[in-house]
Amino acid sequence: MAVENVAVAPVDQGFWTRTRKVGAVLVALGLLGAVLFGALATDQQARFTLSEDSAGAALEINGTVGAILFGLVALAAGAAMLAGLPKRWFTLVLGVGLVGFLLSFLCWQVSAAPTGQNFMPLVNVLRGTFVLALPLIFGALAGVLCERSGVVNVAIEGQLLMGAFSGALFGSISGSVWVGLVAAAIGGAFISLLLAVFAIRYLVDQVVMGIVLNLLAVGVTGFLYERLMQTDAESYNSAPRFSNWEIPLLSDIPLLGPVLFRGNIFLYLGLLLVLVIHIALFRTRWGLRTRAVGEHPTAADTLGVKVLRLRYLNVVLAGVVAGIGGASYTLALYSFTKNMIGGKGFIALAALIFGRWSPTGALLAALFFGFADQLATYLSAINSTIPSQFLAMLPYLATILAVAGLVGRVRAPAADGKPYIKG
Amino acid sequence: MSSVNPGSPDKEPATEAQAAQTALGNTEQTESATTPKQPTPEGRPTLGRLFLDNLWAANTFTVTLLSLVLAMVVGAILMIVSDPEVLATYSYITARPTDALNASWTLVSEAYGNLFKGAVLDPDAVGFNAALSPISETLTYTAPLVFTGLSVALAFRGGLFNIGAQGQAIMGVILAALAGFLLPLPPGLHLLVAVLAGALGGAIWGFIPGILKARTGAHEVINTIMLNYVAVYFLTWIIVQNGVQDPNRADAISKTVDTSAQLPRLLGDGLRVHAGIILAVLATAAVAWLLNRSTLGFELRAVGANPDASRTAGISVTKTYILIMVFAGALAGLGGSQMVLGTTASALTPLVVAQIGFDGILVALLGRVKPWGVALAALLFGALQAGGNRMQSYSGISLELVTVLQALIVIFIAAPALVKAIFQLRAARAARLQTSLAKGW
Amino acid sequence: MEPGEIHALLGENGAGKSTLMNVLYGLYQPDEGEILVDDKPLKLRGPSDAIAAGIGMVHQHFMLVPVFTVAENIALGAEQVRGGVGGFLDRRRARREVADVSARYNLRVDPDAIVEDLPVGIQQRVEIVKALTRDVDLLILDEPTAVLTPQETEELLTVMRSLKAAGKSIVFITHKLGEVKAIADRITVIRRGKTVGTASPEASRDELAALMVGRSVRLTVDKKTAAPGRPVLEVAGLVVDDDRQVRAVDGVDLTVHAGEVLGVAGVQGNGQTELIEAIMGLRPALAGTVTLDGAQTHGWSTKKVLRAGVGYVPEDRSVDGLVKEFTVAENLVLDIYDRPPFGKGLALRPDAIATSAKERIEQFDVRTSSADAPVGTLSGGNQQKVIVARELSRPLKLLIAAQPTRGVDVGSIEFIHSQVIHERDAGTAVMVVSSELDEVIGLADRIAVMYRGRIIGIVGPDTPREEIGLLMAGITPDSGTTGTPAVTESAAPAPEGPGSEDKA
Repeated sequence: MAVENVAVAPVDQGFWTRTRKVGAVLVALGLLGAVLFGALATDQQARFTLSEDSAGAALEINGTVGAILFGLVALAAGAAMLAGLPKRWFTLVLGVGLVGFLLSFLCWQVSAAPTGQNFMPLVNVLRGTFVLALPLIFGALAGVLCERSGVVNVAIEGQLLMGAFSGALFGSISGSVWVGLVAAAIGGAFISLLLAVFAIRYLVDQVVMGIVLNLLAVGVTGFLYERLMQTDAESYNSAPRFSNWEIPLLSDIPLLGPVLFRGNIFLYLGLLLVLVIHIALFRTRWGLRTRAVGEHPTAADTLGVKVLRLRYLNVVLAGVVAGIGGASYTLALYSFTKNMIGGKGFIALAALIFGRWSPTGALLAALFFGFADQLATYLSAINSTIPSQFLAMLPYLATILAVAGLVGRVRAPAADGKPYIKG
Repeated sequence: MSSVNPGSPDKEPATEAQAAQTALGNTEQTESATTPKQPTPEGRPTLGRLFLDNLWAANTFTVTLLSLVLAMVVGAILMIVSDPEVLATYSYITARPTDALNASWTLVSEAYGNLFKGAVLDPDAVGFNAALSPISETLTYTAPLVFTGLSVALAFRGGLFNIGAQGQAIMGVILAALAGFLLPLPPGLHLLVAVLAGALGGAIWGFIPGILKARTGAHEVINTIMLNYVAVYFLTWIIVQNGVQDPNRADAISKTVDTSAQLPRLLGDGLRVHAGIILAVLATAAVAWLLNRSTLGFELRAVGANPDASRTAGISVTKTYILIMVFAGALAGLGGSQMVLGTTASALTPLVVAQIGFDGILVALLGRVKPWGVALAALLFGALQAGGNRMQSYSGISLELVTVLQALIVIFIAAPALVKAIFQLRAARAARLQTSLAKGW
Repeated sequence: MEPGEIHALLGENGAGKSTLMNVLYGLYQPDEGEILVDDKPLKLRGPSDAIAAGIGMVHQHFMLVPVFTVAENIALGAEQVRGGVGGFLDRRRARREVADVSARYNLRVDPDAIVEDLPVGIQQRVEIVKALTRDVDLLILDEPTAVLTPQETEELLTVMRSLKAAGKSIVFITHKLGEVKAIADRITVIRRGKTVGTASPEASRDELAALMVGRSVRLTVDKKTAAPGRPVLEVAGLVVDDDRQVRAVDGVDLTVHAGEVLGVAGVQGNGQTELIEAIMGLRPALAGTVTLDGAQTHGWSTKKVLRAGVGYVPEDRSVDGLVKEFTVAENLVLDIYDRPPFGKGLALRPDAIATSAKERIEQFDVRTSSADAPVGTLSGGNQQKVIVARELSRPLKLLIAAQPTRGVDVGSIEFIHSQVIHERDAGTAVMVVSSELDEVIGLADRIAVMYRGRIIGIVGPDTPREEIGLLMAGITPDSGTTGTPAVTESAAPAPEGPGSEDKA
């Protein structure tokens, strides 16, 4: 559109290409790490243990040395970009630079922790990352399914919440985790179906509908929680839980084993769904048509693709996925409480956007956000001076930077949010 | 329409809305009449006739009223299915249907009765304060919603969807509270500064998505959603900082706003209604003037309807986008400031602004994004909130039911075609939410 | 339709050609009547039925998913799958199929290219390949040459001939007579939704034009000779990019004097739009200068340009010219709402706006139910009059009018033309950009022809059409190369609209 085009600054001309700008930022971060973190770090060893506590094998480095060294790594990566790096190296060098900065930061934090706590149990941190990322993964996948077919899904929060609630309720009533799981899927699908009917059939603005459905889900589950679950938790809010399944052999792999192969069904299901949806989206007929409908529904229609039917299908599938994601709380970790999703649905939306509407991107974004969350917990445990609230803001700030085009270009499916009206 | 609850006792909160809606000219004049099925309000025969003719046409008012009725029916069903005792009577409904119906009727009518008594008038109340208390409560809840509703509506008219009223309200409440207990100012001036600080906080938080939209084309829906959460974390952080946190408390609560910075109560100390509602009315008038009678409003509406043509005609679209978001943010910030300067609370807590930002979206939609419509919608929501409190304490019906009702009303009014189909209304233009705004990310 | 026939469907804009074809393709449902294929009635419930019946269509606006590869676009809807229920795409087979069809009809496309990176002509080729892989016997081409350069048009005609040789039938929808005569076997002329006649390609242009328009229209504009004064607009070495950062204006120099009309002719898409937008401050100029009445306008906002006495009639009125939801009155002050008497400070003066609207409506003969009616409810001609009224009600030094009469009824055309000349006679410098050669010839005192972002020649209004036509095709008299006469004749000098051929 003309408006936005004019607003956009003309293409980078001359020296300040995008690579160089990112390089400059990395140099600044590197300096920050090498100088500030280096100065603040202590002489104590920063230990990164490969276990759940301080025991066992560990990677160690002197705090000050580590902070300066890794800061310099980031600095070097930035300098390479400033010097005019070939484009194909961009992602790799950016990754190196950011990891360098992160490690510099961690060396400072871990070494500056109270004596006796100068270690970071990597298994714990990584496992926590996955636990915190799991609902985000399900939520973001629900977003992928929905938005790839052209329906904006702001109702992820509501779908997760309804899934968590119905999983808890019917799991408790039936006493079966499996009934609970199916009920959770149906609960999520119910919210989705409302979204689909109103957005597709009645052409209600999809963002409006998403917001309203979130409130509806909060209201309905909150109301029924107070009426049923609070009065009689025994019958209505004591769902059985899935236990952890240890996968033989694989679970013995150091570091990864305990993180990836000793989880519950939701961990396996979540990772499997990423893979399945990725393949389905890019390698199957359904995927091709879904993407076509999300990009250019009229074109798909002229080729005989049933646009509306496909959208209904995908939106409802999204609800099923998100509903199961909601159950990952109530059928594995906690009993239901009011508004227990608490904004995770919106972080999932952020992960979807940050992950550029792709399943694998969403997975990585969810893990990044989960890590930020877990890091906040860890830092407050070692009495860090960094306020956990600022780490908690990280996913949201990252997403804002991403959509503003400061971190690469983010492009939504072209027809995302636009109702399809024939003729 | 399904079984229960044919006429719940309180249609009144809407009738006052209706009078004003008619005044706004939202109802349409259609000629021929089908048989009206609605109970008829009194009035002179000609007027009444005209009213009847219009009533069953799918105009804005009828759709709104029927949406309320539908929402209350769904709410009633929720109440019944979640009440084990009443539900038990349904197990032998074929044997003794009256039991089930009576039990349901008692439950629902009592709940909605309390909703009405808490929101409008309690016939059994004795004394000045008791009689006015429901109205006072309703207006107390209404005031901030007017501001957040106006915030969303103003942006909407300018073609921007401000989901960020919540975050803007939070930044507003923070700055208002800080000004309220950190600045040693004389009464009057102190209040003014605190209110303006609230507006400033919101304006800053609106400026960010505004400038991002104008400069990079980044979608304001995404950015405002994200900024809402940034604001939440900022609030939880700042509350526990030295100089902000109440020194006598270990939990997350700030110092109290000085009385010199608090909005005066309107009807004495016994009633909570405060000057915020006056500000709300003034703000509504100001926004109405701004939109319809000012050059800025002209630009804003033009950009909202067709940014390309506006740009061609020399209007700076980027500047307008930024201004819209700054104004919208300031309005939401004002709404937020009332949450500590008014009578609901006088110190920051993590949940100090409650849901007013998100409710503002619903209010704006319900008010058809017109300033006075928004004010009336806020009144309805305020009434539901106030009534909901009484319903909770007297009938034991969770306040969450109010959230359900609010969401359902908006769902129904957002899809007038659905309401029309359910009630088989005659076709007439009902102001529907602009789907033209559906432009995705 | 016979097999192996190219059947042209000729008609003015809005005559119902595209609608008819969309019905034939199953996109719209007919209200009555039926479609016969091989003498059997055919009921089309959707495009898939049409495809099954062997009908393919290349739409005026391409139906391609921009972010997909060529192969993906072609496979969509008729995917080759393996793996049963999973429905895995057989990409190799899809690619091979594309290659096969490309080779068979000599339509070169790269199956792995992303469609949005391809030039328009190639995208159209992808559309044709898409239809051919579906084994169609009848191919509908809806206004295929509207967006093509002469070279691309020539290639398209070659492709059509080879398809015909392969036994495919083609329905070719157009309003350009030259192309029709060059390729069609049979011609059906449509006017206002009705068949008004069939003709053979041997029919003269005049006959066809008369059939198409239904009246003989002469678009001559009564005007005195111009009395050019000082230069008002001077453009020197202007360079401008389009939305896709592709160079659109590549070093344009031109001058418009007070009291003259400079016409800018050219096939659409040769940089005219970007040139005007750069002058108006709507698009950044990368190099060169624009001088308005002695002042360099570099860095001026659009508002400043307008305030300096420039009137602007944009080429797409519904996108850039009017706010459809606004009333006629509001649209009449869209660019001066904040100036006295309409606005004072922050306040708007509705009374002044209403009074002025009333006058303008009368003065410019705008047919509307009231000044408070949304402008979107007016007819195209009256909408255009609203814009003209708005722009001409300010004192102007320069008037820029782009496609001022596109999609406008004959009565309004005459009115608008007379207003433009009136403005010239009042001493305003006027620049008229139009892809309708007759309009340019009728209005202009000098004609600048634009081709690929450059002014390729400036000629007088008495220059023969053929010569201007050659210029529009990029052939300058001194360049010597005549190129391919048949095509340049058919593609380039075939402006749209009524009476375009009356002098040919």
